[in-house]
Amino acid sequence: MSDIKKLIPEHIDDKLFTLKYNAGKETHLVPNQDDCKKCKDKPCTNFCPAHVYDWDAEQNKLLVGFENCLECGACRIGCTYQSISWKYPTAGCGVSFKHG
Amino acid sequence: MEREVVDVVVVGAGPAGIAAAITLAKSGKEVVVLERGDYPGSKNVFGGAIYAKPTAEIFPEFWKSAPIERYNVEHRFALLGDNDGTVVGYRNEEHSEEGHYNSFSVLRAKWDRWCAEQAEKAGAFIVPQTVVTELIKEDGKVVGVKTEQEEFYARIVIVADGVNSLLAKEAGFHPELKPESVALGVKEVIKLPKEKIQDRFNLEGDSGVIYTIIGGPMQNMLGLGFIYTNIDSVVVGLGVSLSELQQRDIKPYELLNKFKEHPVIRPLIAGGELLEYSAHLIPEGGFNSMPPLYTDGVMIAGDAAMLVNNIHWEGTNLALMSGKFAAETAIAALEKEDFSASSLSLYQKKLEESFVLKDLKSYKDVMHFAEKNSNILMGYYPKKVNDFFNQFISVDGIPKKDKYRSFIGNALKERSIPKMISDLVKFAKVGGGILLK
Repeated sequence: MSDIKKLIPEHIDDKLFTLKYNAGKETHLVPNQDDCKKCKDKPCTNFCPAHVYDWDAEQNKLLVGFENCLECGACRIGCTYQSISWKYPTAGCGVSFKHG
Repeated sequence: MEREVVDVVVVGAGPAGIAAAITLAKSGKEVVVLERGDYPGSKNVFGGAIYAKPTAEIFPEFWKSAPIERYNVEHRFALLGDNDGTVVGYRNEEHSEEGHYNSFSVLRAKWDRWCAEQAEKAGAFIVPQTVVTELIKEDGKVVGVKTEQEEFYARIVIVADGVNSLLAKEAGFHPELKPESVALGVKEVIKLPKEKIQDRFNLEGDSGVIYTIIGGPMQNMLGLGFIYTNIDSVVVGLGVSLSELQQRDIKPYELLNKFKEHPVIRPLIAGGELLEYSAHLIPEGGFNSMPPLYTDGVMIAGDAAMLVNNIHWEGTNLALMSGKFAAETAIAALEKEDFSASSLSLYQKKLEESFVLKDLKSYKDVMHFAEKNSNILMGYYPKKVNDFFNQFISVDGIPKKDKYRSFIGNALKERSIPKMISDLVKFAKVGGGILLK
């Protein structure tokens, strides 16, 4: 099996690896877990460009990988219940684009 | 203790904020720009290209020292099917000459930083790593801003904090944006050797090309793909209406992966290396989604004011112009010492008299039209163009007459003549709206 180096990775985790992050101590994104339990489609787990949100069926809760956040704002606007508390990471934290 | 009050505080060191700051500083006004990123540009993303003329109004002859990538001499439009596509390019060599430049590709982390340095040279104070959390109001007038650490008081505040503008919402300027009012853009900067870029894109020296692309994996969707060429990297990306992504359960990065696999695109980036992946929201609601632009003590500029013309991918130049107009309004207000809404209404007047609001007004019904008709605009008609050319160019023993009849037959099977006539009327109405409004 040849080992082809994927120069343009397809998996989102590998794409995010190209970014510079300074993780904050706590999440700047806080969904309303009661609404998440009611939410049928959980669209945030799909449209978030950084795959921050993941539904954990076992724990019945929405996991928030805020460290990967690209601060785009899509989740705040696109949440079915508009109930994600969204603010910018603390100054000095979050993503920094080298190219943009 | 008397509090310190500066002339103007600007929130956000992006194109709108910096255009305002440099205009104010050059006029001798005190201006402080608060930026949440580590440096101006570190939290900014766009396609993209800057337009030479409006940019030169803020930064004269910027091409002599700014970190520009390529000057664009050609714009290609691509209509992609599943495995085919029609590409049309318009090239104008004049745009490679100084004095006639049309646009340049740039990278925001470098470009915004350079712009901020020019503002600092002119006397503006830029304070990075500062997150503004709210506007400070007294007697209903905006008198400053609060950050995570402290308060800054100013005679006038210019809000230029981008598409998410929490300040505009917090101050009650407008409610939360709807998913139809924004597009989510994702992009990849892909490293390729300079000579390869020249060869693959048919370019000479530092000239560049822009692609506007519809269809491919975005058929029937309200979305546009783009390609930009930098000196030694290529940008490939797409922007899709957030309401589309939300309703179709699509992951934007998977859509981008499919997009890059299309036979029209794949060879252009073969062998390239991913340098950076990024994402950002793009205001899409146009004129109808704009918040009020000013009130006592404050003006809103750039993406925060939803000043984006999506059809033409103009946001940065509108931001620059709005920042300049906000600054000119502030200068007049400071001379009169009148920071009331009535004094600041000059800002709206300047925007209305310029191409900024004239264009947004002309196009105000286009986005709604595109939304309602994405199945024909981004689906049926582009597919017919591809089907036509497929018949036109293929030589396979079938007589030409039969080919054309088969093309027309299939076209009519998918869409009846009455429907096509009604489509024509719809297009004419929208076109008329652009010309007459």
